[in-house]
Amino acid sequence: MSAERSARAQYTLPRGLHAAVQTGFLVVITLIVLVPLLGIFLGTFQDGNEIIRKGISLDIDFGSLSLDNYVMLFTDSGLYFRWFANTIVVTAVQVAGTLLVSSFVAYGFAMYNFRGKNALFISVLVLMTVPFEIMMLPLFVMVNDVGLADSYSAIVFPFLAASVTIFFFRQYFLGIPKDLLEAARVDGVTEFGIFFKVVLPISKPAIAAMAILNGMVIWNNFLWPLLVLRSAEKFLLPIGLNTLLTPHANNYELLIIGSFFSLLPVLVLFLVFQRFFVAGMTAGALKG
Amino acid sequence: MARTEMARTATESSQTSSPSADVQRSRPVRAVRREPTAGPGRLKGLLYNQRLAPYLFIAPFVITLLAFWMVPLARTFQMSMQDVQFGQATFIGTDNYERLWNDRIFWKALFNSTRYMVLTIALLIPIPLVLAALLNSKIGSPRVKAVFKSSMFVPALTSIVVAGIIFRLMFAETESGLMNQVMGIVGAGPVRWLRHDTSGLIALLMLAMWRYTGVNILYFLAGMQSIPSELYEAASIDGATRVQQFFNVTIPNLKPTIVYVTTISIYGGLAMFLESFMLYAGNNSPNNQGLTVIGYLYRRGIEENDLGFASAVGVVLLVIIMAINLTYLTATGTFKKEDAR
Repeated sequence: MSAERSARAQYTLPRGLHAAVQTGFLVVITLIVLVPLLGIFLGTFQDGNEIIRKGISLDIDFGSLSLDNYVMLFTDSGLYFRWFANTIVVTAVQVAGTLLVSSFVAYGFAMYNFRGKNALFISVLVLMTVPFEIMMLPLFVMVNDVGLADSYSAIVFPFLAASVTIFFFRQYFLGIPKDLLEAARVDGVTEFGIFFKVVLPISKPAIAAMAILNGMVIWNNFLWPLLVLRSAEKFLLPIGLNTLLTPHANNYELLIIGSFFSLLPVLVLFLVFQRFFVAGMTAGALKG
Repeated sequence: MARTEMARTATESSQTSSPSADVQRSRPVRAVRREPTAGPGRLKGLLYNQRLAPYLFIAPFVITLLAFWMVPLARTFQMSMQDVQFGQATFIGTDNYERLWNDRIFWKALFNSTRYMVLTIALLIPIPLVLAALLNSKIGSPRVKAVFKSSMFVPALTSIVVAGIIFRLMFAETESGLMNQVMGIVGAGPVRWLRHDTSGLIALLMLAMWRYTGVNILYFLAGMQSIPSELYEAASIDGATRVQQFFNVTIPNLKPTIVYVTTISIYGGLAMFLESFMLYAGNNSPNNQGLTVIGYLYRRGIEENDLGFASAVGVVLLVIIMAINLTYLTATGTFKKEDAR
């Protein structure tokens, strides 16, 4: 639509004016996209009950803004920072585990020929496309059967060999010259030594991209932990925040400011490591 | 598959993923020399066995595949033929499927999911495509474009919980809610957004567009950057306008990416649950207007503990998704291309 219009405009408009129109257009869309985030940021300075009752609004009485919620957040004895810490630990462990296991598997697919390789690799591709939501019910039943309900193990283990991450690492490893492996073999390095000591050290860009992507997805992970976790002190941030949304909750300030603070780690990572986000994202992951 | 192609282009086109530069920088040889030569021990010998190694490498995946996919999938099929009550399962044949067929709420949920899928594809393919083309054009300030690209991606960083909370509050019923203020500016009265089917759907689609436009722009941009610039030069020598170039050079060369994004949108659309769950602050909405297939699976399976019936819902959805994708990928010739490779 707009490209058509602006492309046609190029015919009649001088190049400078065309660029100006395009810039204006992009700036307006950028502002619109940032409005919801601005809304919740301003909400952190407002009365929580008011916001829940009246909604997020940009028509704000700036005199009424206060830092009360910030004081509350850092002095409250509630579970918020417990959830925050839980989420950091689970994210760190799961990211590390996923990278290790998935790159290990990917190396097998990338560097060897073996019987059944094609069929197995096709199942990697298929798993990338089956929505987790279909699997959640039987997986939930199984987790209960083996007594892993309310445990972090149940959250982490099913996803260590992650198909998207395997796929990404495989693509990367395929670009590594095989001579490197042969040289190491001649020098007497084991097959696994080659992976850990030769291949992983030169795969830092791939590791970074996948660390960032998995970190973001796991930090925001909601549905599966919601099913698995029962006790409030084990909650992760998204589940914890969700419990604050109920109609009978009495701490809407925490809901707003807690939501805002939960965005910050990912936002900071994004601003610092933006190019890795892009590399990981375009490799084919739109899950969660 | 399309995904293969897509990721390959992405890997090749992004600078961060090129291993060759790092190969030269690091000196793996040093690490190699430190390693002593193999002892004669049998166990140690296995570590050098190139025929055995691949199986050890892929073992974690095989275990995951069996334990966390095959077994649960088999379990779903099995439970869908059972009446499961408090751990007691009785075989009841196709009863659950018959109940499903006659269940008006299930059809409503299926309608809602399908409608959401179709509309998100109609919005989230063309709009990001055009925006990506704008970003890819030589005209305009690169800095503005970079800021735009980053800003568009930021919503994708938010968890669905936070995004849902924000949108729920933006679409508040009161006059002072943000969207109702916008309505006020254009002279329309306050809308009780989440109480009515159409306005609720609009809120849901706005949430989807907010979160995924930037992501799809990245996909399309990655695809566009791998189109050789000679094609555009040749087209402009032939006198093609920018619009003609977009339709005759960009779109055809972007087909693998478009196929890929459409495919994941089909999965994502039909399996949508959390967007609605968060927007309506739970699984209940007026007249089930926000209920999706997965939402219904969740309601029957988790909330009402009718695992047999919920499994039947899951099986039906899986079959639908697989059928649509097979049709789609065959029709677009993706399988043929993959064979020729």
